[in-house]
Amino acid sequence: MAVLELDAVVGGYDGTEILHGVSLRVEPAEIVVVIGPNGAGKSTAMKAVFGLLRLTGGRVMLDGTDITNTPPERVVRRGVCYVPQMSNIFPSLSVEENLEMGAFVRDDDFRPRLAEIYDLFPPLREKRRQVAGTLSGGQRQMVAMGKAMMLEPKILLLDEPTAGLSPKYRGEIFAIIRGINDAGTPVLMVEQNAKQALKIADRGYVLVDGRNKFEGTGPELRDNTQVAEMFLGGAAQAPS
Amino acid sequence: MAEFINFYLVPGLVLGSIYALGAIGITLTFGILRFANFAHGETMTLGVFIAWTLVQVSGLHPLIVMPVAMALTVVVVLGLDRAFYKPLRGAPVIMLVIASFGLMLMVRSVVQFIWGVQLKTVLPGIQMPVVIADVLRIAPKHMAIIASAVALMFAVHYLLARTRIGKAMRAMADSPELARLTGIDTEKVVTATWVVAAALACAAGVLLAVDTHVETRMGFKLLLPMFAAAILGGVGRPYGALAGGLVIGVVEELSSYHWIGDVPLLNPGYKAGVAFAIMVGMLVWRPTGLFRGRVS
Repeated sequence: MAVLELDAVVGGYDGTEILHGVSLRVEPAEIVVVIGPNGAGKSTAMKAVFGLLRLTGGRVMLDGTDITNTPPERVVRRGVCYVPQMSNIFPSLSVEENLEMGAFVRDDDFRPRLAEIYDLFPPLREKRRQVAGTLSGGQRQMVAMGKAMMLEPKILLLDEPTAGLSPKYRGEIFAIIRGINDAGTPVLMVEQNAKQALKIADRGYVLVDGRNKFEGTGPELRDNTQVAEMFLGGAAQAPS
Repeated sequence: MAEFINFYLVPGLVLGSIYALGAIGITLTFGILRFANFAHGETMTLGVFIAWTLVQVSGLHPLIVMPVAMALTVVVVLGLDRAFYKPLRGAPVIMLVIASFGLMLMVRSVVQFIWGVQLKTVLPGIQMPVVIADVLRIAPKHMAIIASAVALMFAVHYLLARTRIGKAMRAMADSPELARLTGIDTEKVVTATWVVAAALACAAGVLLAVDTHVETRMGFKLLLPMFAAAILGGVGRPYGALAGGLVIGVVEELSSYHWIGDVPLLNPGYKAGVAFAIMVGMLVWRPTGLFRGRVS
């Protein structure tokens, strides 16, 4: 059974429909990437899972339970963690306080988990007392992801985790996502850096105008000429 | 030098601590509930009258009944939140601001209706200052005010820096949206905010009453300096409000010191304008406040 499934989801904001029937599926231990042009509804699809917009059609299923239109604070409690693209950390809190906030819904002792997160993101351990707003972009992204991982989520949703990062950090973040996934957490992410993202992804979806356009495994999508022309910046053959 | 400390610096610190305690509530309400709470001054007034009543009934020192008055003020404010602000959660900010304005008028009227408008005191009589090292002459009440304020500031610091709910308050002041996405119980944080704001407003009012007297417009008169302190420190920043309050209190008092020649630099009658000038200056020069520039 899929961990997360969007079934012909329809919805948008204030009467403007953005998703006209999007279907996505994330199986256990998969990394699934959603790509597509600007305005295709990629981030919106992710927000749909998280209850941030009202769905007028379709269903969102988590582990076989219907969570359509569940408000975000309850979705978190069900074990879905979402890292938005922008403002995804508390800038005036220290790194460690950010991580502690990530564990807010946990009632047990979160400290063992904190140690695990520091193992996953070693630079954060050194900077744990530093105010998060003063960190570099890549380290902020680590805080954001670490904060989400504090809950040991059933699935991690990432909205453009490498947006605005230098190539060096981009590679590092992708490697960390790989690591999180290897440890057993399924990941659904929206990415602009499609080529690199598809490299680490098990499967991918291409959305256009709020609808599914293509889907396939990472290599399939990379080798698909149409996809390559549309989003990967040129012909598919040139292996990078 | 002794004159400077006795008549300008100490009164400045007394006034500054009072502003600081009040401004913490303003800044937290703004940061977490996202509106400028005009009724904050009346919360203060209400707290003072509750304390005055307790003093009349018990005959104890106002600073001893203060914790009880703080608790009672919190209860009233939580009730007001349920009745007036909770239905407006998520409504446009302007509606909340207007609601607080209405509440300000209502609370003041109720206080005037119950307790009357005559001046009262919580601490009758004139206190002789204690002489320290032959030159420093400080009234015991001033020492008590500063000590109480410092104790409360440490308590607030402990809450914000060490407790989970306090950290959640700072998180929500940073970004309410992310707080919600993180699963932080925002209603609980809102309640905690009202508790802190009401308790400190009451305390600030009682300290002011100990220093001066009790009257129904005392909270309203403090509204402007408290807002100025919150703006000076960067709206939404509790530590900034603390510093802002102290700065404004001290600067207000020092503005009438005879810095040049023998006449006061500023006629003491214009003291209240100092906070206003600082606020306007800050809004023009650096609207994010002294402590915000660093982080985006």
